[in-house]
Amino acid sequence: MSVEIKNLSHTYSEGSPFEFKALKEINLTIEDGSFIGIIGHTGSGKSTLIQHLNGLLTPTSGTVLVDGKDIFETKKAQLIQLRHQIGLVFQYPEHQLFEETVQKDVAFGPRNQGLTEDEIDQRVRQSIKMVGLDFDAIKDKSPFELSGGQMRRVAIAGVLAMEPAVLILDEPTAGLDPRGREEILAQIKSLHSQKQITVILVSHSMEDIGKMVDKILVMNEGEVVFYDTPNRVFTEISTLESIGLAVPEVTYLMRRLKEKYPEIREDIFTVEAAKKEILKVVRG
Amino acid sequence: MTMDSKNRMIDVQDVYFKYPHNNENESVVALDGVSLHIEKGEFVGIIGHNGSGKSTLSKLLNAIIFPTQGDVMVSGLNTKDHENLWTIRQTAGMVFQNPDNQLVATIVEEDVAFGPENLGVPPQEIRERVDRALAVVEMQAYAHQKPHQLSGGQKQRIAIAGILAMEPECIIFDEPTAMLDPSGRREVMETIKRLNRDKDMTVIHITHFMEEIVDADRIIVLDKGKVVMEGKPRTIFKQVKRLKEIGLDVPQMTELAYELRSAGLEIADDVLSIEEMVDALCQ
Repeated sequence: MSVEIKNLSHTYSEGSPFEFKALKEINLTIEDGSFIGIIGHTGSGKSTLIQHLNGLLTPTSGTVLVDGKDIFETKKAQLIQLRHQIGLVFQYPEHQLFEETVQKDVAFGPRNQGLTEDEIDQRVRQSIKMVGLDFDAIKDKSPFELSGGQMRRVAIAGVLAMEPAVLILDEPTAGLDPRGREEILAQIKSLHSQKQITVILVSHSMEDIGKMVDKILVMNEGEVVFYDTPNRVFTEISTLESIGLAVPEVTYLMRRLKEKYPEIREDIFTVEAAKKEILKVVRG
Repeated sequence: MTMDSKNRMIDVQDVYFKYPHNNENESVVALDGVSLHIEKGEFVGIIGHNGSGKSTLSKLLNAIIFPTQGDVMVSGLNTKDHENLWTIRQTAGMVFQNPDNQLVATIVEEDVAFGPENLGVPPQEIRERVDRALAVVEMQAYAHQKPHQLSGGQKQRIAIAGILAMEPECIIFDEPTAMLDPSGRREVMETIKRLNRDKDMTVIHITHFMEEIVDADRIIVLDKGKVVMEGKPRTIFKQVKRLKEIGLDVPQMTELAYELRSAGLEIADDVLSIEEMVDALCQ
């Protein structure tokens, strides 16, 4: 499913003394099946943007086309259908768990889609498995007796159970320990490659973004600063720093090493790539 | 005795903590015989995966919960003695993960004044404490602003100022940067390090970001409710394999050094920062 954002602007409390232009004339296309990362400091417009993609917020002007259809022109019933196609995992999604058992909680979305009990059951099993949990061991537990990392996964499973064609995740790893972070990211990555869905990942971790995405969208003060490949974006160190962002540690390292090894590549943003490049230049 | 427990900021003596029980009537052992101490003026990092007992430990230090067995001494006071409660909470302040849950007032300086007001500090002194605390976190210019208009990093600095205004001897930071963007994280870490360096504040920093504690005095690693490693950052982080086994990470530069070594490159195994890596590779 492709998502096209056209002249999208959003102003909070328009006409009041608290008026705030959160998005200013955004234009961009997210291709079907791509993996996009969104970075930007707090207040740059990231959350406002993603809330337009499934119609949670209505634009002040401009619009969003999903597979060519204007989501703000469609009738309400169709908008609901569209929302089912675009899964949004909010920050700290575990705060939204509410059911008595894990199984019931994950089933909530598909049940609202009007599926049969068999279909619901199948989807719940699948999506719990997809987030790396053991269905039989966990299905009857209360979501509230799980660990933080498990709760996060159950919440993500609840969105996956709706089988969205576009999956948007707002800081899915915030507050998790290193292993939990790695596992969730690996699951998102395999979901993307197996199901060929479009994934949009909002993150403050430049390292995670560098490892995962095809293209990075950099936001600042409601505008798009860059929308390009990690190679191109992460070499713009001074621009990124001037808007409160950073590049992965290894990217800083490569820049420093350039003084001694002028031939070293700077478009490096994972430990793996840095290792290869350093071995290459050091061994000559 | 060179350092008796009276001079120590914190002394945790063979502490066990069990959460009553879950739905299946099993009690959960969160801390399983933990002993550790923290000296005055130290900067100690505490790491461990989710569920390792970090947060339980931090709540014990602040007398929010009490040991099932063993003793927790804060500045020589046992948290078990009820009359010590308020002194302990004032001695060891806490800053949490979510800045939005910690700010209570509608104006920044009123928020910072909340703690000392509750301690019954005279108004003139509250004024002085608030000004001082805002100066320490470099937020004086925002004294009359509304907290909700600030960035995440600024909100966290206000939360820190609120604790400082209570004049604690020690601050426990429980993942204070987990929700912040890179610049917010930098602001908060600079503030924490400055407090320790310039104001002699004892700092206990619980985090999942290994880069934040490379210049701590000491790191304590918790796993399954036990202290499994303890030592200087350099000694701890060079044990890359062991840390990964218990679900933890090492700073990116340490990991890169480890990878380069396993590929046969001769390089020190205790590289912590970009600076050290540049030195190691450009000799």
